[in-house]
Amino acid sequence: MLAMIGRRLAAALPSIAGVVVVTFLLTRLLPGDPAAYFAGPAATPQAIEEIRQRLGLDQSVPAQFLTYLGDLARGEFGLSLTTGLPVMQELVTRLPASLELTLAGLLFAVAVAVPLGILAAVRAGSWIDHATRIVATAGVSLPTFFTGLLLVHVFYSVLQVAPAPMGRLDIFSSTPPPVTGLYVLDALLAGDGETALAALAQLALPALTLGIFALAPLARMTRAAMLAALGSEFVRAARASGLSRGRIVWVYAFRNAMLPVLTTLGMVFSFLLGANVLVEKVFAWPGIGSYAIEALIVSDYAPVQGFVLTMALLYVLLNLAIDILYGIVDPRVKVES
Amino acid sequence: MTAPPLLAVGDLSVTFRTRAGPVKALERVSFAVDKGETIAIVGESGSGKSVTAQAIMGILDPAGRVEAGRVYFAGLDLLRASASELADMRGREFAMIFQNPRGALNPIRTVGDQIADVLARHEHLKGAAARDRAMEMLALVKITDPRRRLDAYPFELSGGMCQRVMIALALACRPALLIADEPTTGLDVTTQAAIMDLIGELGRSRGMATVLITHDLGLAAEHCGRIVVMHAGHVVEDAPAAQLFAAPRHPYTAKLLAATPRPGRHLEDLEAIPGGLPDLRRADLPGCRFLERCDRAGEPCRAPALDAIVTPSPDGERRVLCVRPLMGLAA
Repeated sequence: MLAMIGRRLAAALPSIAGVVVVTFLLTRLLPGDPAAYFAGPAATPQAIEEIRQRLGLDQSVPAQFLTYLGDLARGEFGLSLTTGLPVMQELVTRLPASLELTLAGLLFAVAVAVPLGILAAVRAGSWIDHATRIVATAGVSLPTFFTGLLLVHVFYSVLQVAPAPMGRLDIFSSTPPPVTGLYVLDALLAGDGETALAALAQLALPALTLGIFALAPLARMTRAAMLAALGSEFVRAARASGLSRGRIVWVYAFRNAMLPVLTTLGMVFSFLLGANVLVEKVFAWPGIGSYAIEALIVSDYAPVQGFVLTMALLYVLLNLAIDILYGIVDPRVKVES
Repeated sequence: MTAPPLLAVGDLSVTFRTRAGPVKALERVSFAVDKGETIAIVGESGSGKSVTAQAIMGILDPAGRVEAGRVYFAGLDLLRASASELADMRGREFAMIFQNPRGALNPIRTVGDQIADVLARHEHLKGAAARDRAMEMLALVKITDPRRRLDAYPFELSGGMCQRVMIALALACRPALLIADEPTTGLDVTTQAAIMDLIGELGRSRGMATVLITHDLGLAAEHCGRIVVMHAGHVVEDAPAAQLFAAPRHPYTAKLLAATPRPGRHLEDLEAIPGGLPDLRRADLPGCRFLERCDRAGEPCRAPALDAIVTPSPDGERRVLCVRPLMGLAA
């Protein structure tokens, strides 16, 4: 297992190197002059030139690339031009926020979509099958910002059961001591139930918004995979041996159906990580998506590079995790790896 | 006739709902199996052999429906038994092995666990006791090093081994009837012989009745005392093997025999059976579904329903579904 993990990480190095090069070049090709933007609208050409020199942007592209590599080797992503803060520091505080949101959304989606998909397959053609189709179609057709606003309107404005959509914690709670960076988990670890609840209350609506969107692919894949498994020869053989329905559905069909569902889960997860910018905006959630978009708009290249590189690393880790899960579920995978 | 048969199928009709309309897959299928007897159901692909097996086992696809008929097993009508009664009997009283053994085993569960699942279901054996019994079963089907094979996954075993595992699984609870649906298709010739010998031997030593479903008349002749020939969802002939081979009564059986290779016969001498199976979705299917391929067919064959002609014989009765049966000697 450890050897497999090592091999997979080593195999990911070339793609990460590729990401480093491509992000560097892309950010240099972005329209707009960072020096001019940073100097402000009233700056003189000399002031702009001075800033350009200070940022190292007057050097040749290969020289800039070498400087960038040197920074990366020291674990630095450079400074953000707009905030003046190190990109690394921003990412370290913002990434857990995005992760917490995505994980919670995914957890909700899995908790709803997988049982729905199973029921829809076991009772194919019944009302629950049709209901699943409607829920899935509705979930994927509503844009996340719309679902988000709708939820805020209903639960915050009308029913007044949700807190204001203002970030990860209300102003009355203090940030829990950081361990994982996930507020709910950190508060629980610190034994602070009140803060955990407050963080959970803040998390609920944005996570729900993301989760509703992620429902569709998961429910459909679960249904399709379950139908395939239930129609397979080994399920027929299991029925011929008189095995109970529960055992056939769970041990025989579902475990086999989990393989394609896991693949979809990985894809949905990576998609959500990058695509939750709109949700972050609606709920003033201090995640990395909104950070990257703001930087992109003003040609602030360092955060964009840092963001893309972090995402690439996350994708590598995520795929590795999915492959490990695959290996646990499917004995055939171990032989092939 | 002395004791009642172990399995008696009477006038069994099965229809499949499809997008192109209902398919009359089985019509008035009747045959019987005595305790410890080995019979064969033969016929070409699509003749309804497997559907018959699945209908008896109660494992038809959801689209398939038993329209009419009786399936008596040890005096109990399986078609009127409750789902839980049936599930209690499946795997314990009657069991089934399948055409593609690798596909019939759960790919991600060890073979030991799969045998243990059946033992847990019917004999309430758990843990080490189930494991020991599973190992005994693997040894019984002549798998070498059974203790180690318990933890093997189907993909780690050859096709022949998978079929042995399937047999071990089917026989784990000592069923009185085994339905073997083309158990040797897809296996190489030596493995085929070994598997058939194993089924025959276990059947004899356990007094177990066996229904062998096959398209191979030679295989049926070698292992079975009685042969049921199916064509397009009908049982066209049901006779003791020796009589069937000596003097087939149904034109289809005769043509099937003429198309079967045997020693001392050249390949060029084998005759192909003209035409194909009729479209079973047709509303106006004639009483004889073979008539379009038959050179003896006439107007009476078009009657909407034919009755089988039953003639007694020393080895049990013969039945033929034909208004103009062959009366001559060997084809």
